[in-house]
Amino acid sequence: MKKLVQGIITPLIAIGIAVMIGALGMILTGHDPLQAYSALFKGAFGSKVNFANTLANAVPLILSGLGIAVTFKAGLFNIGAEGQYWMGSMAAVWIGYSVTSLPPVLHVGLAFLVSMIVAGLWAGIIPGLTKALVGAHEVITTMMMSYIAIFLSHYMLEGGPMMAPGYTPQSPVILPTAELGILVERTQLSWGIIVALAAAVIVYWVIYKTTLGFRLRTVGLNPRAAKYAGINVSLHMVLALFISGALAGLAGAVQMLGVQHRLYDSFSSGYGYTAIVVALLANNNPIGVILAAIFFAALATGGQAMQIASGVPAHLTEMISGIIIFLVAAKELGSVFRHKPPLKHNLAENKGGMKV
Amino acid sequence: MRTCLEINDLTKAFPGVLANDHVNLKVFEGEIHAVLGENGAGKSTLMKMIYGLYKPDAGMIRLFDQELHFSSPRQAIEAGIGMVHQHFMLIPELTVAENIVLGSETGKFHYRRKENEELVRKLSERYHLDIDPSVKVKDLTVGLQQRVEILKVFYRKARLLILDEPTAMLTPQEAVELFTVMDKLRSQGVPIIFISHKLEEVTKISDRITVMRAGRSVATLETKSTNPQELANLMVGHEVLLQVIKPPQAAGETILQVKNCVVSSGRVDKVKGCSFEVCRGEIFGIAGIDGNGQAELISAITGLGRIKSGRIIFKGQDISSFSVRQRIGAGIAYIPQDRQLDGLVMDFKLTENFILRDFAQKPYAKLGQFQRKVIEQHAARLAEDYDVRPRGIQSLARNLSGGNQQKVILAREVSRDADLLIAAQPTRGLDVGAIQFIHDKLLELRAKGKAILLVSLELDEIIALSDRIGVIHEGKLMDILPGGNVTKEELGLLMTGVALAKEG
Amino acid sequence: MIIEELAKPELWAATIAMATPIALPALGGTFSERSGVVNIAMEGIMLIGAFFGVLFSYLSNNPWIGLLGALVMGSLISLLFAWFTVNIGADQVIVGMGINIFAAGLTAFLLNTIFGYGGTPRETPALPNISLPVIKDIPFIGPIIGEQNSVVYMMLILVIVSHYFLFHTNLGLRIRAVGENPQAADTAGINVWRMRYLGVILGGMLSSLGGVYLSLGLLNSFEVNMSSGRGYIALAAMIFGKWTPFGSLGAALLFGFAMALSMVLQGTGISANIIQMLPYALTILALTGLVGRSTAPAADGVPYRPDGK
Repeated sequence: MKKLVQGIITPLIAIGIAVMIGALGMILTGHDPLQAYSALFKGAFGSKVNFANTLANAVPLILSGLGIAVTFKAGLFNIGAEGQYWMGSMAAVWIGYSVTSLPPVLHVGLAFLVSMIVAGLWAGIIPGLTKALVGAHEVITTMMMSYIAIFLSHYMLEGGPMMAPGYTPQSPVILPTAELGILVERTQLSWGIIVALAAAVIVYWVIYKTTLGFRLRTVGLNPRAAKYAGINVSLHMVLALFISGALAGLAGAVQMLGVQHRLYDSFSSGYGYTAIVVALLANNNPIGVILAAIFFAALATGGQAMQIASGVPAHLTEMISGIIIFLVAAKELGSVFRHKPPLKHNLAENKGGMKV
Repeated sequence: MRTCLEINDLTKAFPGVLANDHVNLKVFEGEIHAVLGENGAGKSTLMKMIYGLYKPDAGMIRLFDQELHFSSPRQAIEAGIGMVHQHFMLIPELTVAENIVLGSETGKFHYRRKENEELVRKLSERYHLDIDPSVKVKDLTVGLQQRVEILKVFYRKARLLILDEPTAMLTPQEAVELFTVMDKLRSQGVPIIFISHKLEEVTKISDRITVMRAGRSVATLETKSTNPQELANLMVGHEVLLQVIKPPQAAGETILQVKNCVVSSGRVDKVKGCSFEVCRGEIFGIAGIDGNGQAELISAITGLGRIKSGRIIFKGQDISSFSVRQRIGAGIAYIPQDRQLDGLVMDFKLTENFILRDFAQKPYAKLGQFQRKVIEQHAARLAEDYDVRPRGIQSLARNLSGGNQQKVILAREVSRDADLLIAAQPTRGLDVGAIQFIHDKLLELRAKGKAILLVSLELDEIIALSDRIGVIHEGKLMDILPGGNVTKEELGLLMTGVALAKEG
Repeated sequence: MIIEELAKPELWAATIAMATPIALPALGGTFSERSGVVNIAMEGIMLIGAFFGVLFSYLSNNPWIGLLGALVMGSLISLLFAWFTVNIGADQVIVGMGINIFAAGLTAFLLNTIFGYGGTPRETPALPNISLPVIKDIPFIGPIIGEQNSVVYMMLILVIVSHYFLFHTNLGLRIRAVGENPQAADTAGINVWRMRYLGVILGGMLSSLGGVYLSLGLLNSFEVNMSSGRGYIALAAMIFGKWTPFGSLGAALLFGFAMALSMVLQGTGISANIIQMLPYALTILALTGLVGRSTAPAADGVPYRPDGK
């Protein structure tokens, strides 16, 4: 019970402080924070359409955030969800337009499956195996793989095999059988939200109620004890990265099939990075991930409304996100002053430090 | 004789532990003063306070009549205190000279490589501690690395040398060399504090001895007028008399056979061809000085490490290439030496720690899903049977005392009903009550016809419990003796590599 | 056809120009990580440098004051980074990410607040190009290094100075010692935290200079997210260069060459995007030991508490 309260109170305090710093910034630049924030809130939750769009924005964040939470649980830091998202998007779109004559449910299912496998392997094979075999640090390798994935998507769309006829770097539109239905008319909210919520429940169940989750958590908390318990540590590191990548890939697939229906050329979706913040704020709790994702989605959708209504640049919300990260990362702030030993961090876990 | 260092009522508390409780110590010029105590008696905390790494809560440190209040090692060094740590404070990537001059380099801005190396060369000649200043420390042997540490201290013009467990990592020859060096330094008038938990070393080299126990300095004695028995009693605080009632019992069939086992760690062979057998209803003890291959031998049997050559046969089956998982399944239980590092997941609940080695087995899990009720009943029963306190099965292992953590491991491994139990230092750092409890459990298993492989550094424990004793020295079994009428002296000789003359 | 391009000095001049905004933050990262603080915040610090360089240059009408102001702001944000990572012992990767997100938000927010939505003023003075008298007339060499932006020459000098500083001064020795084994350094009387602050702040200034090159060297304006991932390429260059200044420069030149080549080859059928993947792929290979093993400083990423607390 105490843990539950702490799990909710700490992020709320972080959000509170960040929002107040944001307000201070507005006052200093001559804006009215109350007006701006109320515009932001209305923009995110003020109407059925707005709320639905906020939820739609939260879908890829929930899925990628869950993936990152899984790696954190296993003592790893997957910083490359962005690239895994792109891999999943590419795979889903490709299945979406190239596989014909499949009934709707099967088509969507196939696209999900392939994108999860592709993105899972993207995270699992190179970062996973190099971590397990030679100890290459997954922060660096997942980041590098992320950029490779982004350039790969540019390649595919800029004159590559996935480019649609014409001059615009974009893929063909997926077939109607591959589309995810819209839940609320005139919004982007698709059945993807159900997929995301189900994924959160499944991840929760796997992590806390199954032997697989037990293995992953043991590897994350104490690799030596994991070995002693007969757990194959290397295999489960690879597995954690695979699951993480698969979830980020599913995020891409859901976004493609539910919202975009085709792949556009872009440098960043931003979801992969925000998802890290989501997992951090949720303290890696799958149910917390849902709430944190909705919060950051609200900042994004509400930010635009705020800019229009009050003239405060929407980029303010990014500053608030950054400040939240500082506060969450410094959650030991209090314990330092109480002279308690700080909890070891994921990166510092092995004594040798960052074996990159 | 002038007093070099005087310590009065020094106290330091950590959350939950009173590490130093009114410690007193007086060191004279030109003496080797030993600080003797078991692991955890508070020796390291004391030294870290003298060295400015910890700040005392109360009390006074005085060096040559000058009261000291250090807040950093820099001040301690400036005052003339030189410390050689048990785990070397060296930087492998840097050269010998760079390691020695670090923090007190010559010149202002530019690092004068030649000048610094020349300085170190001269220093090493003066103290007869031969070393090449331009070599990287990672390329040196352990004995030479310690030399670098000692030179580091003298480079900083130490007036007091503190050696923290200096022989722990050394070979016997290197230890002898170290004692020669210490002797020379004493004749030059350098006061030395020699921290150790090894009785024989302390009586061999020191002039006076201060014994520490449970954070307190219990006595200071002249080395000449004391004896190991008295020192041992002071260290442990009670007569070293283990209350073990071991009924005679015939050993049954052979359970474990270790054949010509070679295990390497890094590039060195740590176990160099060991062969022995453990039978049902028998406690087989392995005695030896720490670091003579015990850890590697155990890791080879449990599957945590790989063997280089040889065979391990368990219940008639060659398990040499089995995984840890398979060996657990085959019936090997294991109480690891380092409870917190290997034996438990500190942030797991007791329910989870109780099934750490069998979590995927029925009845705890079915089709990969945990059976919460079964697991909780199991945990509650074990907590009850083994008197784990506090009794709450939902509390984290982190929140238990050392003795109770060990009980959790013991409960888990014993309840697995395995045919072989390997216990590595199962009573290390525990209080008398807990030790008694664990000894009783081991004997109970023996009575049930299980085989037990006991590895311990405590000779009394080995002698009291074992039916047969294998003595390991530098990775080889020197001899296997019947328990019962063996003496500590005999074991001690074997442990240092001296073979016993066989009678008849 | 590639051979033909290789013979043109323009390609090599572009390589150096492309390498500069990678080499500077890579150098910065080297300082930070040599002192034991994992730094993925170069991307964000570059944005800070780029924005404040333009702001101060515009306000003072002097690009050099712009540069100075950028260095100060880069130091300030590094100070924040150092406080969280060194004093609090917070996870260095997470705080680094926070810095990147915060800096992207802050610079874009200030851009819109101060200059509106139309971009920075056109009359902002830029940092001048310098032409070296004799060298610029040497055939082939001249067009490559004879005339470049002043920051390019600063970068080349800073690489040499950094090498000297890290490997031939007492302070450099201490910084490296702290990154390898902070406890050993502490017991040798070195103030670990001070060394780490030094590493992080020097690193921040160098990264900031990299940002200034983008906004005041190549252009005279700031754009949202104009570092566009160079801070992360710099991270790769630092690792590929084995945490040394010359290594970082070498890797930056290699990566710069890949970028320059990909631009030259546009429209020739060889995909620029494939070439641009190379730096990242090479870095992974370096980490696995397939291309010269890269090993980080031993205590890189490990927070240090002097009092054992």
